[in-house]
Amino acid sequence: MKELMQALRAASIQAILAADDAENLENLRVRYLGKKGELTGILRQMGKLSAEERPAMGQMANQLRTEIENAIEARRTELNKAMLEKKLELETVDVTLPAKDVRIGHKHPMYNVLDQIKEIFIGMGFEIVDGPEVELADYNFTKLNIDEGHPSREWTDTFYFTEDSKILLRTQTSPMQVHAMETKSLPIRMIAPGRVYRKDEVDATHSPMFHQIEGMVIDKGVTMADLKATLNLVVEKIYGEGTVTRFRPHHFPFTEPSCELDIQCHKCGGKGCPTCKGEGWIEVLGAGMVHPKVLSGCGIDPDVYSGWAFGMGLERLAMGEYKITDLRLIFENDVRFLEQF
Amino acid sequence: MKLSRKWLNEFVDLSLEDVDDKAFAEAMTVSGSKVEVTEDLSADMKNVKVGKILKLEKHPNSDHMLVCQLDVGEKEPVQICTGAWNVHEGDLVPAALHNSLLPGGVKITKGKLRGVESYGMLCSLKELELTVHDFDYAVIKPAAILGDYHPIDPAKPSISADIKAGDKIFGKVISAAVKAVELAGVNRWRCTLNLGGGEAVTVTDCQNVHAGDLVAYDTGKDSICSLEDLHARQEEFPHCIADGILILHEDCKPGDDMAVLLGRDDHVVEFEITPNRPDCLCMIGLAREAAVTFGKELKLHEPVVQAKAGGNIHDMAKVIIEEPELCPRYIARMVKNVTIGPSPDWMKERIRNAGMRPINNIVDITNYVMLEYGQPMHAFDFSCVDNGEIRVRRAREGESIRTLDGTERQLSTNMLCICDTEKPVCVAGVMGGENSEIVGDTAMVLFECANFNGPSVRRTATALGMRTDASSRYEKGLDPENTAKAVERACELIELLGCGEVVDGVIDVYPGKKAQTTVKLEPEKINALLGTDIDEGTMRKILLDLGFTLDGDTIYVPSWRGDVEHYSDIAEEVARFYGYNEIPTRFTGGIATCGGFSPYQLCERQVGQTCRSLGLDEIITYSFISPNYYDKIRMPKDDPRRDSLKILNPLGEDTSIMRTTILPSMLEILSRNYNYRNKSAALYEIGRVYNKRADGLADEPRMVSIGAYGMEMDFFVLKGWVEALLKDLGTKRPHFEQERNNPSYHPGRCAKVYVGEELVGVLGQIHPAVAANYGVDAEFYCAELSFETLFAVKGALPVYKPLPRFPAVTRDIAVVCRADIPVGDMTEHILSSGGKYLVDCVPFDVYMGHHITEGMKSVAFSLSMRAEDQTLTDEHAEETVKRVLKALNERFGAVMR
Repeated sequence: MKELMQALRAASIQAILAADDAENLENLRVRYLGKKGELTGILRQMGKLSAEERPAMGQMANQLRTEIENAIEARRTELNKAMLEKKLELETVDVTLPAKDVRIGHKHPMYNVLDQIKEIFIGMGFEIVDGPEVELADYNFTKLNIDEGHPSREWTDTFYFTEDSKILLRTQTSPMQVHAMETKSLPIRMIAPGRVYRKDEVDATHSPMFHQIEGMVIDKGVTMADLKATLNLVVEKIYGEGTVTRFRPHHFPFTEPSCELDIQCHKCGGKGCPTCKGEGWIEVLGAGMVHPKVLSGCGIDPDVYSGWAFGMGLERLAMGEYKITDLRLIFENDVRFLEQF
Repeated sequence: MKLSRKWLNEFVDLSLEDVDDKAFAEAMTVSGSKVEVTEDLSADMKNVKVGKILKLEKHPNSDHMLVCQLDVGEKEPVQICTGAWNVHEGDLVPAALHNSLLPGGVKITKGKLRGVESYGMLCSLKELELTVHDFDYAVIKPAAILGDYHPIDPAKPSISADIKAGDKIFGKVISAAVKAVELAGVNRWRCTLNLGGGEAVTVTDCQNVHAGDLVAYDTGKDSICSLEDLHARQEEFPHCIADGILILHEDCKPGDDMAVLLGRDDHVVEFEITPNRPDCLCMIGLAREAAVTFGKELKLHEPVVQAKAGGNIHDMAKVIIEEPELCPRYIARMVKNVTIGPSPDWMKERIRNAGMRPINNIVDITNYVMLEYGQPMHAFDFSCVDNGEIRVRRAREGESIRTLDGTERQLSTNMLCICDTEKPVCVAGVMGGENSEIVGDTAMVLFECANFNGPSVRRTATALGMRTDASSRYEKGLDPENTAKAVERACELIELLGCGEVVDGVIDVYPGKKAQTTVKLEPEKINALLGTDIDEGTMRKILLDLGFTLDGDTIYVPSWRGDVEHYSDIAEEVARFYGYNEIPTRFTGGIATCGGFSPYQLCERQVGQTCRSLGLDEIITYSFISPNYYDKIRMPKDDPRRDSLKILNPLGEDTSIMRTTILPSMLEILSRNYNYRNKSAALYEIGRVYNKRADGLADEPRMVSIGAYGMEMDFFVLKGWVEALLKDLGTKRPHFEQERNNPSYHPGRCAKVYVGEELVGVLGQIHPAVAANYGVDAEFYCAELSFETLFAVKGALPVYKPLPRFPAVTRDIAVVCRADIPVGDMTEHILSSGGKYLVDCVPFDVYMGHHITEGMKSVAFSLSMRAEDQTLTDEHAEETVKRVLKALNERFGAVMR
């Protein structure tokens, strides 16, 4: 009987190792370990053994069963692994084939830049206000200390809706300063981005409609030092940390003192190059302390409150940021352009 | 404004060695006078020398070129070939030597001309960027050199090829051989002629005559004939042209640098002057700024006039200002015994370097004073001023004037003119008239030095389409006080140049004199505005240096600073010279504010974000459109939206009215992309429309505009986008209604979308006729949604609903009903009548055809049912299905299929 079991061991292990799929392996399990299997057949002969021999043989038979079971399990794992590998091999794709087309919409590049600026100012406690584009000359000019004879009031420069030149398309976002001062409670920290209109023929740098961002702070004790501190931070946020700025006197009727803010040309570091037209500096925005006449015109006592304001052109900023060379592209809305941003 | 650094030195000690261009530009810019660009005039003209022609020979291989040996101040002469015939041995000429540079970036190097070495080029006026006004003697007049004769018809020459000295040409004109030529004054040459039988000596001002030439000689007039004298055409004498080398009659010697001779050893700084500072549009104004900027002394000169002519202007002329509003001041001075001629070199140089052209001494003096003092002047030929009377008045209806540029100008009654008793002689502040122009024989000059209303000058100049150096200064509003100094300076220059005698007396009509402005000096307020701690002494010094005067705390503003009237203006003056960049950067506190987007702005951002996540690209379109765009979208003629705000002065028809609908803007962009052959486009814009209000202003609500073509685009893709937008906003379930009457859209593929009772907008396929109006035969899909409504119907903040604990049960049903019943209505009815277990109803099939009666359709719905507290049984499900079928039957007559 011992011999029989040894023969079975040798035959079964060999057969199991040779089994080449799960079905054959199952058949082998039935053949060797099943109710009518070969091991059972051998065990049936246990009765013929003496009582002394039985325990040893029984132990041997159990050991053999475990061995065969383990061999089958090991083979099964092997076969499964091979099968999976084969399946994976069959499922292999060429990863260099094109992906399925997924459409993602694009924000207009100019509004990308606008949103960036809005977020910078919101971070500094500013709110965003919005106002009419069809505007009274009073708000666009008079209340901003721009007198009757000022050239920007000419019909060659400004679009008008009435013969008496009283209703127009705003030429700047600055009337929002007046609206804010007239309607908001103090203190005010606001920016007002929006469309503005001037009678310029369309070319690579001009458009009859363009965008500005106005900003204004009115509070007690506001000084030009605040203006500089805030705008320096904003410029660093837009153009990168360490951007060198320069404030230079300028003239706007509704601010006094007035200034323009230049940044040192990032391309040449201030030496002068074509990007900065040899000047070493690039003009970024205009600003100034809100003119006391404007404050009092809006019912704010300039002896108690002061403020500063700024204005900047959005198109030029976006064109600079994305190296867009022609303003017309902004309003042309060619999808090949829009999808680059 | 162009500033000559050389000229500036006369007022402020600021040599180029002490302050280079970059330092000058930087310092001036940060003190408020922005430098645009600095030009080194000599950089444009390098290695151009005065040369003396030692020897002049015919070119061996050319019938028209000459080979010159020049003394250019070096050991060896230099050989240069030229094609110009107006040069002679002994002439001083400008020679661009090997490796030289001429204005306009022209580089000259040595080379061979027809086999002969030429080490440079002799220069004409034009090559030096000059005109005869710079060198009035450089007018070139060619004689007809018979050797250059090229008959128009070779078969019939007017002058025979073998003509020789003494042969008759016509009339008294004979051929003569030039034996010798010698200089006989500026532009005059004495020529000895062989007349065949005898000799003649004649003086000519033709420069191209040389010994050995055959010329035509008029024995009657004793002169060498020009082309004109021979009635010859230019092409008959191709090389006898009124052009050639500049022959110098200056105080110069061989080797002198032409750039220095022409005053180009100068750096010219171009400033961008802000409109509030017209006082800086001149040398003195900028010199004052420069002096304060660099802490130097400003050296001003007080003009002194002798006025020795005798008589008094008051006995000769009269000035009447009829329009004191438009002419606050008018000063006149008289000059007698005027000799018109060229100005001295120093004056011409300064005028040239400032970007103007020298003309003649009188005109140059007025321009020089304008450059120096910033005050435009005009000079009248007094003999042309009828009755010696100057009237400053508006032009009369129908009056016209021919201005100095030779153009006849129609005047209108709002244009101010300088007139005599009869006629306008000058458009005030803009340009003089030809009728009183300074000409060669002008003997009496009336100088005008006046102050005019800025806007009036600007409007006149704009209306006449002529912006002049004078008008561009006047339009900014000049200082009336400055006129007195300027006119004195002009008279002083007359005497200095010796070109006339100034008559005693000044006519000064000054109806617009203003009191001097005063401002209180308040150092604390200034520091409070600037955020600085500048001491009062520093402030006072800055103001005094700028020409302000101080009496205690009272600041007297100088007349030329019309822009200063308030303490904030004083603060700017102080800040400019204290240094804007010295002002600290710090936050001074104040009350904290909380920034952020408003709910409206957040909603706008959310809609934009959803559009982009749907694959739509954002566009920005013009707010103004053409009125015919309403026709293009087939808007009914009586549609109230056609009543748009109309721009009275538009750039063009296409941008002349404010849009009341956003659809044409989108169609414009879609068709543009389509025409660019972009295969597909999916776009959105959140833009305003402008609805006219009774008060003349506009309501400017925002619209969400969506447009697409290409891809798998159809109505249901578009509807999906709209539903997604609404879902994202958390609105109530929208309701879509077929819209057959919107003429812009396909009548069978258009819907109105509602949330509750609120109409949100319209969506659908653009009507093919509209597409055709845009020249497109593709299917365009558009939606126009009111953003204001979207904001209004936006859902509240979502509240968490517990996730279902029990599974849903689904049942599919199919019913047959009339084909025209909208499935959407059926769905809504199912949902509202299905009872408490019904949670969703999705139509999934619509069928017409086989087995279905004509005019009927079969619609299949998938019903989902669920209870929150138990697993639904079949009975529950069946009960719901029965309710649904009953409701469908009652409402729509639908029966189970």
